[in-house]
Amino acid sequence: MSDTFDRVADIIAETADIPRDTITPESHAIDDLGIDSLAFLDIAFAIDKAFGIKLPLEQWTQEVNEGKVPAEEYFVLKNLCARIDALVAEKAAKV
Amino acid sequence: MRLEYFEMIDRVVGLDRAAGTLRARAVVPRESPVFEGHFPGHPLVPGVLLTETMAQASGYLLLARCGFSHMPFLMGVDKARFRSFVGPGAELDVEASLEHDGSGYAVTKAAIRAEGKPLCNAELRFKTMPFPAGLDGPMRERAATIGLLTEEGLPQAGLEAGLAQPGLAQPGLAETGLAETGLAETGR
Repeated sequence: MSDTFDRVADIIAETADIPRDTITPESHAIDDLGIDSLAFLDIAFAIDKAFGIKLPLEQWTQEVNEGKVPAEEYFVLKNLCARIDALVAEKAAKV
Repeated sequence: MRLEYFEMIDRVVGLDRAAGTLRARAVVPRESPVFEGHFPGHPLVPGVLLTETMAQASGYLLLARCGFSHMPFLMGVDKARFRSFVGPGAELDVEASLEHDGSGYAVTKAAIRAEGKPLCNAELRFKTMPFPAGLDGPMRERAATIGLLTEEGLPQAGLEAGLAQPGLAQPGLAETGLAETGLAETGR
């Protein structure tokens, strides 16, 4: 988790030009870090490439918009990293 | 090409949906109002329209891959390079390749050549979303006009085999040094 967080935080810092030391596991990508939808897609691309996964952004967006899942579940970084770890594990299990 | 109508692609000549590549032809018109200002007495296709041409080739690639379920809208242009002037009458070979097919977005690389000579290339990013009301029909109609779909709106049979048509061969992105990241996607 911590390794995943460090990689994700580095990606966010570089992609969105946010000071690295302001990014914490508790940071909300949108509310705290001010990442807009366009920047988040850039970050998603970098994460997809770095971890060899495909973040299901369409599904997440739909679930949040329909009120089924609070946005924090996907956009607070510790939760995002947990989902990345799960996707990586899921991919590894298929190989 | 009809520059002032943003009809940049004349004909799709090759498609490989599995590999994520599309090749197309476009001929720059001899005359266009665009040339009256760009530049007076020295007509050149503006770089923004070459970018649009690469974006449209990428967009048609993405449309073909998703079966016209989602519309790609250009959201980013990276690493754009314009290597040579493009004037009236130029016959352009346009190639687009998928680099990453994300969820709700896609990334392509595209390049334009004339007589084998690289003219420009860029990496393009698209947001992909369900078609806004009323746009699906015109996009399918245009896709049929350029040979991506049949007049009935079905995938053009034989197009993917068209990659091997005599006289249509052109160097791939790999041969132009654009393949360093594994090739390509784009769009609006």
